[in-house]
Amino acid sequence: MEKTYETVIGLEVHVELATKTKIFCGCSTEFGGEPNTHTCPVCTGMPGSLPVLNKAVLEKAVAVGLATNCNITRKGKFDRKNYFYPDNPQNYQISQLYFPICRDGKVEIDVDGEKKFVRIHEIHMEEDAGKLVHDSFTDTSLVDYNRSGVPLIEIVSEPDMRSADEVIAYLDKLRLIIQYLGASDCKLNEGSMRADVNLSIRKKGEEKFGTRTEMKNLNSFKAIARAIENERERQIDIIESGEKVIQETRRWDDEKGYSYAMRSKEDAQDYRYFPDPDLVPIIVDDEFLDTIKRRQPELRDEKRIRYRDEFNIPDYDIDIITNSKKMADIFEETIALGAEPKKVSNWLMVETMRLMKEHDRDADDLSFSAKNLATLIDMVDKKVINGSVAKEVFEKIFTEDIDPEKYVEENGLKTVNDEGALTKTIEEIVAANPKSVEDYKSGKEKAIGFLVGQTMKAMKGKADPGEVNRILKEILSK
Amino acid sequence: MDLMSLTAVELGQKIKNKEVTVKEAVEESLRRIESIEKDVNSFVTVDKEGALKQAEEIQKRIDSGELNGPLAGVPVAIKDNMCTEGLLTTCSSKILGNFVPTYTATAVEKLKEAGAVIIGKTNMDEFAMGSTSETSYFGATKNPWDLSRVPGGSSGGSAAAVSSEEVPYALGSDTGGSIRQPASFCGVTGIKPTYGRVSRYGLIAYGSSLDQIGPIAKDVRDCATILEIICQHDDKDSTSYKDAASDFTAALVDDVKGMKIGIPSDYLAEGIDPEVKDAVLAAAKVLEGKGAVVEEFSLGMVDYAIPAYYIIASAEASSNLERFDGVKYGYRTADYTDLHNMYKKTRSEGFGAEVKRRIMLGSFVLSSGYYDAYYVKALKTKALIKKAFDDAFAKYDVILGPVAPTTALKCGESLSDPIKMYLGDIYTVSVNLAGLPGISLPCGYDKNGLPIGLQLLGQTFDEKSILRAAYAYEQSRSYKRSPIAERGL
Repeated sequence: MEKTYETVIGLEVHVELATKTKIFCGCSTEFGGEPNTHTCPVCTGMPGSLPVLNKAVLEKAVAVGLATNCNITRKGKFDRKNYFYPDNPQNYQISQLYFPICRDGKVEIDVDGEKKFVRIHEIHMEEDAGKLVHDSFTDTSLVDYNRSGVPLIEIVSEPDMRSADEVIAYLDKLRLIIQYLGASDCKLNEGSMRADVNLSIRKKGEEKFGTRTEMKNLNSFKAIARAIENERERQIDIIESGEKVIQETRRWDDEKGYSYAMRSKEDAQDYRYFPDPDLVPIIVDDEFLDTIKRRQPELRDEKRIRYRDEFNIPDYDIDIITNSKKMADIFEETIALGAEPKKVSNWLMVETMRLMKEHDRDADDLSFSAKNLATLIDMVDKKVINGSVAKEVFEKIFTEDIDPEKYVEENGLKTVNDEGALTKTIEEIVAANPKSVEDYKSGKEKAIGFLVGQTMKAMKGKADPGEVNRILKEILSK
Repeated sequence: MDLMSLTAVELGQKIKNKEVTVKEAVEESLRRIESIEKDVNSFVTVDKEGALKQAEEIQKRIDSGELNGPLAGVPVAIKDNMCTEGLLTTCSSKILGNFVPTYTATAVEKLKEAGAVIIGKTNMDEFAMGSTSETSYFGATKNPWDLSRVPGGSSGGSAAAVSSEEVPYALGSDTGGSIRQPASFCGVTGIKPTYGRVSRYGLIAYGSSLDQIGPIAKDVRDCATILEIICQHDDKDSTSYKDAASDFTAALVDDVKGMKIGIPSDYLAEGIDPEVKDAVLAAAKVLEGKGAVVEEFSLGMVDYAIPAYYIIASAEASSNLERFDGVKYGYRTADYTDLHNMYKKTRSEGFGAEVKRRIMLGSFVLSSGYYDAYYVKALKTKALIKKAFDDAFAKYDVILGPVAPTTALKCGESLSDPIKMYLGDIYTVSVNLAGLPGISLPCGYDKNGLPIGLQLLGQTFDEKSILRAAYAYEQSRSYKRSPIAERGL
């Protein structure tokens, strides 16, 4: 039964733009801060205050539009969306309805090798609201306008997605584009990227869309996947029982694993949109557009092709490294400092990934500098330290971004290059382990491993294992 | 000496010449206010203490040579819809009855920088909605020419304060005639500058696309001088014109030879009081006598101006006034059960009838299903009105006509019939819709001795042409004081 239904999904994605100041005033967008300290008459809706568009917001919105193949609106407008709520100090939100900044775009997604386009209906700019703090102890609500006026773009897709996997591929695609542009850090869990899912179902082969619902409060990819599955089943159940899906907004409760209705279309508000008379038309002329185009950085897809051409590393590595702008930046910077690409890639693919997992960190949270990684690789190349010491040092780089030269010096981790001392130690080990020597000489090549291990132990790990091997073989062949 | 009978420029000159101290000027203003207010009610707030303190500081800066502008030390009254830091700003509404702004409007700031002493805040129609200054929560303002009549509105307090010689000049704001019509009713001079000429930052919005701050004073020179101070580009207002500043007083020459003046015959048709019509035509004759080329023409679109204006202004107002909700500042109802109930009671109790009428009208024309039929159509009408004026200004330098169909009405007459009150704005609202500059100055008196206003309109950003025509006309007559001004203390 279930298989006869097709899921139709469209997304409304809000992205907080990484500008220094708010969209219509000069207040800081910095997160945190004491309540109502990043505010002024404009973002607290004081009588007589007026909005002035922050040009950096327009630049970033246009950059996202270009990177998602949109048409850029040359003469845009801001509109007021009127609704009463205390987090919205003017009781209208400045947004764009009639002439959004970008229209008719598309991005390509890839789910298990299957490629398809998801069309973008529009991208518009708007202001974020403040935050309500409910104090149950005194039974009062307080409002903090620090977030009021933080710039957002809303990316509205066409209903082109058919599964949770496609939705996640699309979101990941948007995230990467926007991160590469430096337009936002796009963190779902921190709210700098928020997705509302519009979902309906229809019988396979049917052209007409079913009635859709809008799902809010989705704070992770996992929650999105679960909510889609849950909503699909809920709608199938309704239709199977002969009833009709109601067009409504629902809220996902990830802990309980179900959604509940917030408001239906019947009590949907009339927002009385109209052009904001306080703001002048947004004119995007050729010069402005050319400047943005010239400034567009290399995006992920382009980067993958270049890596393939320039660096001799596997496609798998390329995918992992470019999956985070942060990691790709570290990769390229380390190479620029003279390190061999394959070696850099190895450090990222093996040790970095291991430590990320261990410390429960995203690639976007990597905080070590390329310089320290490059130095470390150089130290290994020059046999200043051996491989296992290098791993130990790298962990320190990963967690505290220490200077490896200084750290090795201070902790006495340098490989001992005194051949006399090394030979003496090996001779002692050989003398103390006649059984292993015997085994080796009788053809059990593996036995040498034990002797190397014993030597390394005696040298407190600071010997070069290659060197130990060479001297051992020399002594044993005597 | 009767200091408040002087023009602002004359008083400024005397202060500069050390014939008068700033303190003497301020004290004289305060004395007159104290004596006259009970009859006229021009002010919502008189800042006696603040004004005396400012007087002292400004005198020092004048003495040190730091301040040497024409209006340094001259007292001014500010319409109560412009924010003044630390000084009550009510819009004559209960809902802002306790509102003390944390910042000062740009236009007021410019005056302060020029050494103006702010005496107080003037009464107005609540949120500038009205043509009589009767809708104020703080009681109606009366006309200094006849206390049984209205001073016009919405800047009635500013016009009455100048006309009754409480202050030499005042700032008003004009959304559909709110400077020009009260100036006309009170026998003084007022200018609504081109939209974008004066920063709106800090002006509590009524109809954002129409609002403009301007001066009200005794003569054209004062108005031009004030414009030179307040017209400056402001980065805080997106609609502020980049070349807002200009040497307006350079236009004050008694010479209109060859100036082409058009009189819209549509403005002299039905509905106009014959006495007003005669006075306006007589004024045109004066300018013709001075060498201007005057002719009548058909402007067109006149019948559409009032509906378009009330749709656009009310739509914008319905949104602009949403912020008055009892959450952040201003009045909040005493008892409420929940958020929605708090909103409802606060706004029901806080706004007066005319404001509510316009909020409802504006909300209706913006609502889903009506937006295209009303609001979009009104915007198209606005564009056609602008085009009609553009066509006219292709032929004429200045358009001349009446300010209002009648002289000042009796108190209470208009409120009983709002449509009639709205129709009284017929000659003024289209100027705001087209964004043009307009000046109102006295051109005669009716049989009851009430002043009649002459209106001169110019092309956008051509204040200078109307200042020149107004100045030339003004030279043909002398300023007549209102009975309240003549009554003295």
